[in-house]
Amino acid sequence: MQYYLLIPLLPLGAFLLNIMLGRRVIRRQAHWPSTLAVAGSLVVTVMVLLDVMSGRTLNEDLYVWIVSGNFKVSVGFMIDQLTAVMLVVVTSVSFLVHVYSIGYMQDDPGYYRFYAYLSLFTFSMLMLVTANNFLQLYFGWEAVGLCSYLLIGFWYEKRSASDAGKKAFIVNRFGDFGFGLGVIMVFLTFGTLDYVSVFDGAGGVAAQTINILGADVNLITLIALLLFCGAVGKSAQVPLHVWLPDAMEGPTPVSALIHAATMVTAGVFMVARLNPIFSLSPVAMDVVAVVGAVTALFAATIALVQNDIKRVIAYSTISQLGYMFIACGVGAFGAGIFHLYTHAFFKALLFLCAGSVMHAMGGEVDMQKMGGLKRYMPLTYWTMLIASLSISGIPPLAGFFSKDEILWVAFNGGGVGRAVWALGTLAAVLTAFYSFRLIYLTFHGEFRGTEEQRHHLHESPAVMTVPLAVLCVGAVAAGWIGIPPIISSVFGVEDANWFAEFLKPVVGHPEIEAPHSTEALVMGFSVAVAAVGIAVAWVFYIRNREIPAVLARRCGILYRLLFNKYYVDEIYNATVVRPAMLIARYVLVGLSDGVIIEGVVNGVPALINRFGARLRRLQSGLLQSYAAVMALGLFLLMAVVVMVLK
Amino acid sequence: MNEINVSMLAPLLPEVIMASAGILVLLVELVARRKETAGLLSIAAVAVAAYYVPHSFGKSFGGMFVSDGYSAFFKFIFFINLILTVLLSMRYLVIEKSNHGEYYSLVVFSTLGMMLMASAGDLIVLYLGLELMALSSYVLAGFIRHDARSSEAAVKYFLLGAFSSALLLYGITLVYGLTGTTDVSLIGAAVVEKGLSTPLFLSVVFLMAAFGFKTALAPFHMWAPDVYEGAPTSVTAFMSVGPKAAAFAAFGRVFLTGFGSLSTDWTGILVVLSILTMAVGNILAIQQDNIKRMLAYSSVAHAGYAVLGIIVGGAEGLAAMMNYLFIYGFMNLGAFAVVIMLRSEGVRGEALEDYKGLAKTHPFAAAVMLVFMFSLTGIPPTAGFIGKFYLFKAVVGAGYAWLAVVTVIFSAISAYFYLRVVMYMYMLEPEGEAVTLSLSPSLGLALLITTLVVILIGVYPSPLLSFARLAAG
Repeated sequence: MQYYLLIPLLPLGAFLLNIMLGRRVIRRQAHWPSTLAVAGSLVVTVMVLLDVMSGRTLNEDLYVWIVSGNFKVSVGFMIDQLTAVMLVVVTSVSFLVHVYSIGYMQDDPGYYRFYAYLSLFTFSMLMLVTANNFLQLYFGWEAVGLCSYLLIGFWYEKRSASDAGKKAFIVNRFGDFGFGLGVIMVFLTFGTLDYVSVFDGAGGVAAQTINILGADVNLITLIALLLFCGAVGKSAQVPLHVWLPDAMEGPTPVSALIHAATMVTAGVFMVARLNPIFSLSPVAMDVVAVVGAVTALFAATIALVQNDIKRVIAYSTISQLGYMFIACGVGAFGAGIFHLYTHAFFKALLFLCAGSVMHAMGGEVDMQKMGGLKRYMPLTYWTMLIASLSISGIPPLAGFFSKDEILWVAFNGGGVGRAVWALGTLAAVLTAFYSFRLIYLTFHGEFRGTEEQRHHLHESPAVMTVPLAVLCVGAVAAGWIGIPPIISSVFGVEDANWFAEFLKPVVGHPEIEAPHSTEALVMGFSVAVAAVGIAVAWVFYIRNREIPAVLARRCGILYRLLFNKYYVDEIYNATVVRPAMLIARYVLVGLSDGVIIEGVVNGVPALINRFGARLRRLQSGLLQSYAAVMALGLFLLMAVVVMVLK
Repeated sequence: MNEINVSMLAPLLPEVIMASAGILVLLVELVARRKETAGLLSIAAVAVAAYYVPHSFGKSFGGMFVSDGYSAFFKFIFFINLILTVLLSMRYLVIEKSNHGEYYSLVVFSTLGMMLMASAGDLIVLYLGLELMALSSYVLAGFIRHDARSSEAAVKYFLLGAFSSALLLYGITLVYGLTGTTDVSLIGAAVVEKGLSTPLFLSVVFLMAAFGFKTALAPFHMWAPDVYEGAPTSVTAFMSVGPKAAAFAAFGRVFLTGFGSLSTDWTGILVVLSILTMAVGNILAIQQDNIKRMLAYSSVAHAGYAVLGIIVGGAEGLAAMMNYLFIYGFMNLGAFAVVIMLRSEGVRGEALEDYKGLAKTHPFAAAVMLVFMFSLTGIPPTAGFIGKFYLFKAVVGAGYAWLAVVTVIFSAISAYFYLRVVMYMYMLEPEGEAVTLSLSPSLGLALLITTLVVILIGVYPSPLLSFARLAAG
């Protein structure tokens, strides 16, 4: 089964090819190496998937990188059911985005650079999901972060883009600091970084506590929470969500691939992968669930009033990631991964549709200046409509099955489960509302842009619309492999939740003892609230378009609060950024840099220089003095020998 | 033992091949119109010799010549050194207007000398190999006859080299007088029997000074910066890797086999020399604004690191040292390849200033140089990190944790001058006329090989590690 190595290696090869030869040789053909490589990875992924489905999983150390005492770092791969699912998501979405970008990035001067980064990202993401130890996970984790930074700031000559790139990088530092500590704690606790050995040992330390500043903390809880810090940063959960909306400064295909379908889901994947650790700590699980639920609702409320088409979808991504953490938090890791998988399709589709709209509108992102586009770009309209129905949770589309499963397991989750369910259901109403607000503002009504924009309106070329159509199939049908028994039994199939069965060996599956009637009620309720959300959007934006303005005026404070995203950025600016800058300027630059570091950095070399200058004088270029130094050295050594031996 | 027959030559087959090749290259040079033919011929000869190295294990001439895993490992370093040097030289010699075929012959003979040094089981053979290597290098250092700097380098190298040969011979004489033999393993036995005495220790010091000269350990390093700067750059690259490795090979064998039982006595001195070397190399490298001279001091500093392997001793220490020298060969030759690439008709391209903004004008050259500078500093995932990691590990394992700390501190200082090159390339704007690159296919190949190997070993070090471990026995 060694051929699985091709999956990450092909994109790596494409990256090297493009970064080395892209500028001079490959130039406008840069999409070929990258796209072919990811297509190859996709093919191999399908082969691996078939292998895994027939029960052949794999966990092997390829070789040892460095070893010192009991610290051993291997390069190894773990291919199991969870990895297989992630591989399918990453390679398929990545492939479609590669194809789409051929049209979208057409005239960009950094064409080869774009494809090189895209390949590097694909490689890093694949390394992340196939790792069999914490260090490789960490490598992939940081590498995707680097690619994200490079691609957000792809148009680096634009100030806002390079700022957004920096913001994403720095905000992620906060989470990754915790993550790094978590990995170190894992090593200190278990003496190894290998997944399986750690999981095997986890049960044995479940009851251990460790004293931090006088308080006894459960060791596993501490490790789990530290690791979860990383997930909060990478998956843009409250309070580290602020970077993701700004990340929309990057090219739209990047938003679709990295900031919707794959990288941002790495946090969810990590929690699911490390489920043996998380499951041992009820406290950590509750934290995961509550953070997820709060984020789901919080981000959804902001999305209600944004006008930037990509930012609405970005907040929606944050919100949907919250759902995935709800599932993980209540122990239904499989449901979380299921939502990750369906979400990849409909969210990538939403972004690519938005990209198609922006392509037609000449880069315009303000929905208030759009309207009536349905007529000009029908294919984009229909695919985006289906994606919106899917994310709203309308049966029988993909989003319905995965979101319904999450809400149902949360409902039965016990502890914080009911509260989390309530928050999630409320978020579902809002999801339906903002999704259709986007549809109505963009595609319905009359065109509100400039004459020139109207003149240029056109459907995107086939190289862009075909990926839309393919993703649309996913947005419709991806959920059909995880149909709950309550529905499948209607069609005479007892157990059709194949997805949960497939993942069960890795992440388990919570058994729920509840009457069918309750399940039907909960399901019906969530569909009903979605329908309500869509209907309200229709009333607001089609039927009576005065309402939003009136509401905004009536509830001015609330509107401004939402419109300004709860002022989180402003709060961070005042409490973190500004003080940090002040400290940097006055304490670090002024005092430590100016006095201490300058003193050391300039002082030590100055000292060394002065010393060196003396030494250098010995290096006179005169042969006699060289011979004299050698002779003197020899003489000193001899003198020492004679004296010591005396 | 007194009878000599052809079968005794079997372990020397690679050496015989190289000797014949050296003569053949000299003859071919007379008739060949393109001098590059001589270079290609020497590479071919190396390929044949390399093939026979693993088949030549054994002792010959009553143990005077030893072909074992240890010598084989070093011979591979010499072969790589030769191949890369030839690739670097082809275009460079034309630019320097010194494209004479005997250059390649000298390189082959010098390599032959190194091979004899690595295989020397007897101090006389060791001396023979050392002189063959050294005499060839003296000529090579002065190969650009019309350049006064090159001639000056050759004369300095020759005179100081003669001085060090005298030290070596004097040391050998003393050893012979005290033990009655020049055979390294017999010396070992005699030393165990007789124990430590002042004259014996003095002979150890003489040999240490002689090896210190060849490996450029302070205070016997004084020749290195001048010679490295003045010699043709391709020869500098050659000398900074091959002769150094050969001297380490002999150093290791003589000190660990011959004087192994006295190691507690001489390691103290070696520790002092090592620290002094790291200090001198790194501190003076900071001062340089000529990249060749900077690399010369860096090469001195690296000798200070590598000698830690002999201090640690045993298979562990030797393996770490061999590993380090192998990696050092690739990264140093790679760095010199970039320096050579910047040398073109009329432009020396040796000043640090010439690297300003290289990333803007020649991003590829800058990226490759970045890899070598990172590797020389010891930053993962480059080979330099692996080399240093295992060296430090061996040092710590031998109970010299404080020495490892000292080395790390000097390593950190070295980051200053290596990364300064990176800073010049990437953070400063190009000034004046952009340097033109003299990239030839052979130089490109050398750069490709060195870059790939430096990264490959950094990512996947285990084959090299097990090879070195196996060779160290």
